[in-house]
Amino acid sequence: MAQRVPTRMGDGSLVQMTRAEIEAEVRAGVEAAVKRAKVPPLAEDEIEHLVDIYASPARFTGVDIGAEVVLSYDGSGAKTFASRLQDLQTYEQCFAADLVELCHNDYSFKAVKTITAYEAQSMREAQLALTVPIQYGAMPNLGLYCRPDGPAPNWAELLPAGRFDEARAGQEEAVELAVTDMVNVGVDLAEAGADGIDFDTAAAAGDADFLATLKASEALRARYPEFGIEIGMAGEFVLGMHGELEYDGVRLAGLWPREQLEVATKAGAHMFGPAVNVNTGKSAAWNAARACALVKPCVDAATIPIHMNVGMGVGGVPMTTYNPVDAVSRASRACVDILRLDGL
Amino acid sequence: MFAMPVAHACASGLGGMRAAGDLVARMQMARGMRLAEAKAYVAERLGVEPSELSDSVLMNERRGDLGLGRLTTFEISHPDEPTAIEAKTNIGDLLDLEIPAVRLLEERVHRSR
Repeated sequence: MAQRVPTRMGDGSLVQMTRAEIEAEVRAGVEAAVKRAKVPPLAEDEIEHLVDIYASPARFTGVDIGAEVVLSYDGSGAKTFASRLQDLQTYEQCFAADLVELCHNDYSFKAVKTITAYEAQSMREAQLALTVPIQYGAMPNLGLYCRPDGPAPNWAELLPAGRFDEARAGQEEAVELAVTDMVNVGVDLAEAGADGIDFDTAAAAGDADFLATLKASEALRARYPEFGIEIGMAGEFVLGMHGELEYDGVRLAGLWPREQLEVATKAGAHMFGPAVNVNTGKSAAWNAARACALVKPCVDAATIPIHMNVGMGVGGVPMTTYNPVDAVSRASRACVDILRLDGL
Repeated sequence: MFAMPVAHACASGLGGMRAAGDLVARMQMARGMRLAEAKAYVAERLGVEPSELSDSVLMNERRGDLGLGRLTTFEISHPDEPTAIEAKTNIGDLLDLEIPAVRLLEERVHRSR
């Protein structure tokens, strides 16, 4: 009888599988990506390597010495343990973070624009206390700009009613408001000494959300040639909530990671973070294989660093608050080894 | 929460200030350098091989020699070495980068005028 090894499901639960079962999961994950996104499959040696990583009974795994990558932490200065400054110092001093991120718990540009002066003051203080680079992070979060939270017509209500032109006009209005907020916050934080800005979970509200992010990135790049601009995605596929929006002649609805990278690069981003969401009903091996296959064309085409999102519920890391180190270390190693990432 | 950063740092991280990860990160952020290029740039400036940038023993020595800031513990302190903003001044010089917080310091300290 084949030996069964402990492994994880996408929700973090522990299950037992044979090596053959894990290999089948890996192949199915790759096939799911190929079928859905029309990407090339992983090579046989890459599939074998994934199987080796996930069929090991070891509690922990890691990349080879010398093959380490840059770790950028979104949300690292968010008052999780102590004050925001103490959290940033904890990530620097105790967690070996390569760069950290100051942020507000209401992680949206629309919300933080009202307290930007205080955020800038916090950035100044953090910059005096930390040696590692500090970026400021928040989400474009376009949904906050429509009624009842904002002034624009609510496209989520208009679309089901068949009022498409009004829904599109509402999103276009929201884009301009969001760009203004993101640029203003970005400028204030840059002038306070921030080393960069992180547009996190871009395109969470669809193609209009992504367009706002790209426009904001473009404006900040024009003003600050060496400002660190990171665009991190919300998911693997840009939803066409508007459907007709373009950036530099490229229709944004329906873009997969490689095409997302191309427009992000054009918009002046210096780091791009593809995100592949986890299917909690599938195994961790299936999810890691699918994520690697979806992101590989993006890394191969990149001219800027790729910092893949490999956190809770993305990049093969299970969707659970208390993630086991066996699952995180496997996802971490799998993505770095297979994709040759620049960072996580 | 705890497992995520610690597991990633142990599995695949460059080590931050324990090694030279923050320096490589700065080249990615400011210049958009991909990993191999950023590692080669930093390694050349430090006088080491790119594969040595994650070696916390060697990098601790280089950081001390060059005044790039080092971690302190309750057993080990470095009272004669640069503080964070002072270390960032040295990092900017070493990497030929304008670090925003250092620029602000220079602009606002009267002695520099």
